Amino acid sequence: MSSPALVRHPEDSMPAIAEAAPAPAVTPPSFGTVALRWYRLNRGGLRAIAIGIISLLAFLLVWHLLTTYRVVFFVRFTNVPSPLAVYASFTKAIHDPKFLLHIALSCRRIIFGFSLAAIVGVPLGLIMGRFKLVHEIVFPVAEVLRPIPAIAWVPMAIMLWPTNEQSIVFITFLGSFFPILINTLHGMSLVDPVLVRAAQCLGARERSIFREVYFPASLPHIFTGLTVGMGVAWVSLIAAEMISGQYGIGYFTWEAYSLVQYADIALGMIAIGVLGLGSSLLIRGAGQLVMPWRLK
Amino acid sequence: MNEILTKAPQGHIDVRNFSLSYDSIEGPVEAVTDTQIHVKPGEFVSIVGPSGCGKSTLLNAVAGFLKPTTGIVTVDGERVNGPSAERGMVFQQYSLFPWKTVRENVEFGLKMRGMPRSQRERAARTLLGLAGLEAFEKHYPEKLSGGMKQRVGIVRALATGPKVLLLDEPFGALDAQTRVIMQQILTNMWQRLKISVLFVTHDIDEAIFLSDRVYCMTARPGSIKAEIPIPLERPRQQSMMMSSEFLALRRGLMSLIREESLKAMGGELNDMGLQGLNIELHGHSLADVI
Repeated sequence: MSSPALVRHPEDSMPAIAEAAPAPAVTPPSFGTVALRWYRLNRGGLRAIAIGIISLLAFLLVWHLLTTYRVVFFVRFTNVPSPLAVYASFTKAIHDPKFLLHIALSCRRIIFGFSLAAIVGVPLGLIMGRFKLVHEIVFPVAEVLRPIPAIAWVPMAIMLWPTNEQSIVFITFLGSFFPILINTLHGMSLVDPVLVRAAQCLGARERSIFREVYFPASLPHIFTGLTVGMGVAWVSLIAAEMISGQYGIGYFTWEAYSLVQYADIALGMIAIGVLGLGSSLLIRGAGQLVMPWRLK
Repeated sequence: MNEILTKAPQGHIDVRNFSLSYDSIEGPVEAVTDTQIHVKPGEFVSIVGPSGCGKSTLLNAVAGFLKPTTGIVTVDGERVNGPSAERGMVFQQYSLFPWKTVRENVEFGLKMRGMPRSQRERAARTLLGLAGLEAFEKHYPEKLSGGMKQRVGIVRALATGPKVLLLDEPFGALDAQTRVIMQQILTNMWQRLKISVLFVTHDIDEAIFLSDRVYCMTARPGSIKAEIPIPLERPRQQSMMMSSEFLALRRGLMSLIREESLKAMGGELNDMGLQGLNIELHGHSLADVI
């Protein structure tokens, strides 16, 4: 993290002033000075990290207190597992191949469903943004289907697909498809026409303009779509697994409730949270790799 | 590279019987009407005029972005019917590709032409060197100052060796000091490349300082009100801007434009009691003014 003060605009240098003055002798700054400078420049970031850790610890503490004293105040904490109980079941679960299988299967469904949504949604959005006719044909259908929550698709998905696995992947796909499509479309609609003209009078033809201008210009919005889509993919996946799964972290959480294993409920929830966080970090990292010009 | 630098002068722009109108709900609106301009090979020509007079419209038609309603635009006898790398363009908003580094921006036209990577990298470096930008080849445009961005914009437009360079108020967004430096740089490049330039601006000083000839346009619908040769000798120095010759040209152009600006604002101004203002009307010929 860098503070805005770091962004410097290099001075205009006249082409005439080419010959540089002899460099004055500089003594390298001591380690102490460097460390101090580093601290000053990164103070904001360090502060955020410190406060973040304190905040998480405070959350755990409140949770611990509420459950140890079995607080009943509108909501009842009588049966809620304590953080220590959840930690105990976590240490047990990571050695349990069945728990790992639950997680692996959920991840696989996300990878299939989400990748499919990205592979279909991004190109479709790009094409719809470029060719009006495709937009006019596809958009009304998309607008009617879009408001239907992915969970409402569960019965239909079961009818449509021969196996349970396929219908869950389908639901995950549907959940992430629309955010990806809509954001890609939005990105295309915001492409600066002057950049297109600049490309044209540098000799670019339709295909090059698409590849060199429209696509990179839409990338920030495409990645917004991917981030939102990943979030909705997890929401849809967990719902589908709870309803129709035999495996998966959503099924694990629901099963824990049926088997009255309260600590496992919280463990399942936390696992979902961590997986969701991890996958959105992955997308953000990918975005920074693909769009180096947006690094601050 | 050398072939770009030493190419024989060409790039004769000819705009004849040009008019351009837009469709609107009230019917067609004329933006530019009955206009003839020409730029000789290697000549530096500016178009000035009150805002909204259609000078950018005219430039966009030469670039090939707009089709004339009547008339014809040709470059070296060939009819313009779409944008092409033969007519390089520099925009006021710089319009560099933010996702490309400075060098990749400059390389773009060469890449479109199918030049192999190593060759176009070398060409781009040479050109960036001419503009004093070689140290910034790996920077993204966002990190550059306005003046540097526009230098990249000019170098990018010149990289493919176009016959003509079209500039649409390229220095309009820059501060006064940077603008003066940019004018020098543009003049230097123009003199080295011997390229024809059509330059749109609303800055009269800039137009006189840079040009061989200045066209002054009327208020909308725009047409050519006057064509003023600039006989100032070259190379031109900043100090010339205080010479009596320069000031006379400036006075003449100023009164032409003021007249048109007032016309453009129409009756509103009369109502606002501007009678007290001393308006030099262009009653006599411009030769008398100079």
